[in-house]
Amino acid sequence: MSGDGTSSVAIQRGGGAPARPRAPTGIAYFQYVLNKKLRSPTPYLMALGIGGWILIYWLFSEVWNLPRFEKMPGPVAVISDWFSRKPFQGTSIFTETYYVHIWVSVRRIMIAFAIATAIGVPLGLIMGWSRRFKDYAFPILETLRPIPILAWVPLAILMFKGLETPVIFLATLASLFVTVLNTMLGVESIDEAYFRAAGCLGSKPRQVFWHVVIPGSLPFIFTGLQISMGVAWFSLVAAEMVSGDYGLGYLILSSYVNSVTVPMVIGMLTLGFVGWITSALVRMAGNQMMQWRTRALALEGR
Amino acid sequence: MHQTPPASALGRIPRVNVEIRGLNMAYGEAWHRQQVITDLDLDVPAGQMTVVIGPSGCGKSTLVNIIAGFEKPDSGIVRVDGQPVTGPGHDRMVVFQETALMPWLTVRQNVSFGPQLRGEMDRATLRAEADRLIDKVGLREFKDKYPLQLSGGMQRRAELARAMINQPKLMIMDEPFRGLDAMSRELMQEFFLKLFEENRRTNLFVTSEIDEAIFLADRLVVLSTRPATVRSVIEIDLPRPRTYAMLASEKAFDYKREALDILHQEAMKSFKMGSGQSDFLEAYAKRAQ
Repeated sequence: MSGDGTSSVAIQRGGGAPARPRAPTGIAYFQYVLNKKLRSPTPYLMALGIGGWILIYWLFSEVWNLPRFEKMPGPVAVISDWFSRKPFQGTSIFTETYYVHIWVSVRRIMIAFAIATAIGVPLGLIMGWSRRFKDYAFPILETLRPIPILAWVPLAILMFKGLETPVIFLATLASLFVTVLNTMLGVESIDEAYFRAAGCLGSKPRQVFWHVVIPGSLPFIFTGLQISMGVAWFSLVAAEMVSGDYGLGYLILSSYVNSVTVPMVIGMLTLGFVGWITSALVRMAGNQMMQWRTRALALEGR
Repeated sequence: MHQTPPASALGRIPRVNVEIRGLNMAYGEAWHRQQVITDLDLDVPAGQMTVVIGPSGCGKSTLVNIIAGFEKPDSGIVRVDGQPVTGPGHDRMVVFQETALMPWLTVRQNVSFGPQLRGEMDRATLRAEADRLIDKVGLREFKDKYPLQLSGGMQRRAELARAMINQPKLMIMDEPFRGLDAMSRELMQEFFLKLFEENRRTNLFVTSEIDEAIFLADRLVVLSTRPATVRSVIEIDLPRPRTYAMLASEKAFDYKREALDILHQEAMKSFKMGSGQSDFLEAYAKRAQ
C-alpha cells in the first residue's frame, strides 16, 4: 500500500518535525495515490506487457495462421464479438445469458467459499491449538486431501439432488482442505515467545486462543484463503463442465460442443477477470484485518 | 498467583527476595541425557541488581525459563518472597532476547495487555497508567504504532513498559539487549539503569557481555560451563548512580579481570569437552515445547 508512504517519512524524521504537510483525505488522497502511481513506470510497463501479448496472439492466430493456432479465434474476432450488440456467435456484454452465467458461477463461489471458510478456519485453529484434536483429525484430513476433486464428482452426484448442490459441494470441499491446512500451519508457525509472553502476563488458555492464536495465524489464514479461492474456481469450473445448466464452466464446454469457439474464449477470459477480482477482494480484506502487517510492509516500501 | 492487590499495584514497588536452591535440570532421552544445571544455588536479594554471566550455551536461558515457570526443574526449588514457583505468573516478568511484543497490537495495547486480561484495573486507570509508562520510556509519539514500525531500541523500551505496568516482584532480563547495534545498546543500558536506580525493583539480568554486567550489577554471579552451577559471586562495589566513566576505574578493571579469568577457565573447559554439546543444547531448547 503505497498510501502509507507519509507515515514512514514521519518515523524516519522522528516525531515533531514542524513543517510536515497534512495527510490528504478523501478524493485528494485518491488523487495523490493515482498521481504517484502514474509517475512510477509500473502502469506503463503493464500496458506494454498486455499490448505485447495481444500483438503476439493476433499475429499467431489471425495474421500468420500458425499451425495449432488456426482454429483458435483471434483477438479481433473475440473482442469484436465480445463488445458487439449483435454477436455472431451469441455471447457478448449485451446478451443477458452472459451475465446469467457469470452470476451463477459467482453465486456458487460465494456460497462455497463462505461455507469452507466458516468451517475450515475454526477447524484449523483448533487443530493447531490442541494437540489431542489434531491427533484425532489429522490422519483423516491427510487421506481425503490428496483425492483429486474430480474423483469426487460421481459421489457428489449420488449424494446430492439436483444440479446446484453437487457443484457447490465440490467447490466447498476443495476450498475447505486448503483453508484447514493453512490455518493449522498458521497456528503452528506462531513464535513460542508470544505464548510465553502471554503466559507471563497472566492470560488464561481461552485468552491465549483469542489474543495470540487467532491474530498470530491471520497471515497464514489469508494466504490460505487466497489459494482456497483459486482452488474453489478450479473445481467449480470442472464441476460445471460435468454437471451443470449455467455457469462459466458450462458456457465454455457447451460452446465447444456447439463448435462456437469465440464464446469459449470469452468464457475463459471472463473467468480470468472474475477470479482476479475475487482474490483481490480476499487480499484487501486481509490487509484491512492485518494493519500491523500492512503498515510494516509499507515501511519497507512494499 | 494473585499476591499483589490492584490498589497497591500503582504506587509501591514490591521488594522481595528470590531464593533458588538445589536446582538440577537435564534434557534428552535417557541414552543421551545432558545435564544442563547441577546443584545451582542462587540468591537474588531484594532491591538489588543481580547479573548472571556465563559462557555461551551454559544453560543461562534454561535457568531463566525455570525461574519464569515455563519449565519445571528435575529437582530443586525457586522461591519468590517465600512462595515456591509452580508456573508462569505476573509476579515475575521476563523481557526476552528477541522482542516478544505482540506484533498485532499497538504499543499502547501491548503495554495494557497484562492488566487488561487479568481485569485488574478499571479502564481509565489502566489508560492513564499505560500512558504514564509509555511517556516514561519515551514513546509518547509512537503509542499508536505497531511494533514492526519501531526500531529495535524502541521495541525494547516498549517491552520494559509492558513489564513494569504489572508491578512485578522480580524482573528477569534474558540478554534483553542482544541484537541491538552498539549505539542503541549503550543507550538502552543507561536507560535501563536509570529506571532501576529510580525504583530499585529486584532484578535478575542475564548477559554474556562483561562490560554490561559490571556496569549494571550489584552482584555479579559467574556461572560455570555446562552443567551450570555458580562458580563465583562478585560484589560490585561501585557507587550509584553509575556512569560509563566508572568502567574505566581501577576497581571496575579488577572486577572485570576477576570475572574474565573465571569465564576464560570455564570456556577452555567447554572447549576441551567439544563444542558439539552447546549445539545440542540450543537444538533441544528450540524443540522443547
